[in-house]
Amino acid sequence: MKIHEYQAKELLSKYGVKVPRGKKVDSVKEAREVAESLGLPVVVKAQIHAGGRGKGGGVKLARTLEDAEEVAGKILGMQLVTHQTGPEGKEVKCLLIEEGLNIKQEFYLGIVIDRATSMPVFMASAAGGMDIEEVAAKDPDAIIKEYIDLSVGFQPFQARKIAFALGLPPETISKAVAFMRSLFKAFVELDASLMEINPFLLTQEGELYALDAKVNFDDNALFRHKDYALLRDLNEEEPLEIEASKHDLNYIKLDGTIGCMVNGAGLAMATMDIIKLAGAEPANFLDVGGGASQERVENAFRILLADPKVKAVLINIFGGIVRCDMVASGVVEAARKIGVTIPMVVRLEGTNVEKGKEVLANSGLNFLSADGMKDAAEKVVAASNA
Amino acid sequence: MSILVDKSTRLVVQGITGKEGTFHTQQMKAYGTNVVAGVTPGKGGTKHEDVPVFNTVADAVKEAGANASVIYVPPPFAADAIMEATDAGIELIVCITEGIPTVDMIHAFHYVKKRGSRLIGPNCPGVISPGKCKIGIMPGHIHREGSVGVISRSGTLTYEAVDQLTKLGFGQSTCIGIGGDPVVGTLFVDVLEMFEADPETEAVVMIGEIGGGAEEEAAKLVKEKIKKPVVGFIAGQTAPPGRRMGHAGAIIAGGKGTAAEKMKTMAECGIHVVKSPADIGITVKAALGR
Repeated sequence: MKIHEYQAKELLSKYGVKVPRGKKVDSVKEAREVAESLGLPVVVKAQIHAGGRGKGGGVKLARTLEDAEEVAGKILGMQLVTHQTGPEGKEVKCLLIEEGLNIKQEFYLGIVIDRATSMPVFMASAAGGMDIEEVAAKDPDAIIKEYIDLSVGFQPFQARKIAFALGLPPETISKAVAFMRSLFKAFVELDASLMEINPFLLTQEGELYALDAKVNFDDNALFRHKDYALLRDLNEEEPLEIEASKHDLNYIKLDGTIGCMVNGAGLAMATMDIIKLAGAEPANFLDVGGGASQERVENAFRILLADPKVKAVLINIFGGIVRCDMVASGVVEAARKIGVTIPMVVRLEGTNVEKGKEVLANSGLNFLSADGMKDAAEKVVAASNA
Repeated sequence: MSILVDKSTRLVVQGITGKEGTFHTQQMKAYGTNVVAGVTPGKGGTKHEDVPVFNTVADAVKEAGANASVIYVPPPFAADAIMEATDAGIELIVCITEGIPTVDMIHAFHYVKKRGSRLIGPNCPGVISPGKCKIGIMPGHIHREGSVGVISRSGTLTYEAVDQLTKLGFGQSTCIGIGGDPVVGTLFVDVLEMFEADPETEAVVMIGEIGGGAEEEAAKLVKEKIKKPVVGFIAGQTAPPGRRMGHAGAIIAGGKGTAAEKMKTMAECGIHVVKSPADIGITVKAALGR
């Protein structure tokens, strides 16, 4: 789960991570008021769930109140395009107004889970403001890494190693250690999957700040953070994905014309891949879950068909333990209830597969049975072109 | 032979009285797995599905001689269940549960590692040595006894591969779902070495997916140490970056973990990489020269 910068900063400041003074606003009028109360200059920052906002024109310095108003007016409502938003960009619906600081030097700090060691890893680089991926590609040795043993936590010596390696002035080391340890404490207690402070700022006055903050949460841990529901911004999500999440369906919208309904995430990805190999593009990723019950199939149909680009549907269910005739009856009932008119190619595998095919054939609906994934993909692509 | 599980496996089911635990205990028993005990705290001394239930895994080990465990416990309690199993001296722990918080899994992973148990999963279909022992949720009937080893991060996609093998007349020595989470107990590299050492296994199918670098690590090992043919497929060739494709671990982050990158490294290291998931079976056939 992703959240906005202003939300991340509010959370982190509760852990003692120092952030610039600032406030989230939804209007030009509020922007001016906040700028006035903070004192000039201020920084006006677009709040969308994507990186690269500065380069896209979503972050501006304002030296006067008139400036602040003008800049806020320009950014609010703009379609902000960054390397992470796609060419259509994202509409800016709110801003963060922050005090301007005297920048001396910028660094990068980040925490992620390292899969190879199954440990959190604290990363730092002196190339602040630059994407860590870019640093990793250009000069991997420039990334400082400390692996953390969760049974004892992030030790002060590890934070000191990072602080000295970054070349921070001696008088700031103890502040830096406290900053980094607060950040790590927040990472664990908030059940984050990623945290980035980029840039991590050293001011002319020798203070350290999180100038930007990115926090992603571990979706598996949401059950113990009920309050995170309040941080969710539905404006940032695809409407069909919101609808799918209400029915506990794992759906991701893509750009193609073949709707897919599959049980299991791996098989769902493989089905998308084979559609592409057969010469078309998948319209979505959708995992209906192991049993593929009638109710779930019905909800899945509703979501797939709400995408106007979808010309044909491929249903790929590897039942295994589940009986194919039961799955087939559920699919037929669901299709009838929803009134599906576009072609549907169904590939079923598992117990009673022949009976399942009979159910589909006798339904009087627009079903095509397929044998195996290749046949299914070819049939659905042909049907979509017909 | 086979790896990890066989006729000597004595299984304890953690969470046996739950809905999943009950159904899959029936299925595993019907397949011939020796289910010797179940654990549900507070229900010790009773019987469920004709299996004696204990309050703790330690009791199940002491009283019923369990040496392997399967976990069908809900996500908030699953990491604890894993640690309980290793503490009781269980050698093989298979965790089916999907949705365990990563921080909990990191604790469990290192706890298990220190004590020397082998953890498979979480978020996996389990382990089966066809004709001998089935631990998990996979459909037993699609498998045949044979000489192809299967390792996968997926569930139903593994069944798809197994089904192709069986239909072409290739049975399996052991099939292992290692799980779709970012932190899992066993990786491709661990299982590849076991298959290399298993005299019955002639070839290995490795099914990876986007996210992380486990497939690249496996490819390097194949190049250095594995003599048996390895056939590989990576799911998610069409997956968009930055999106979690169902599995918690299936995400292309910062341009890393793409299918193209993995497939390239695997091919360079001598793995028979297939582009189409429909070609897994026939590629094994070709690799074995039959």
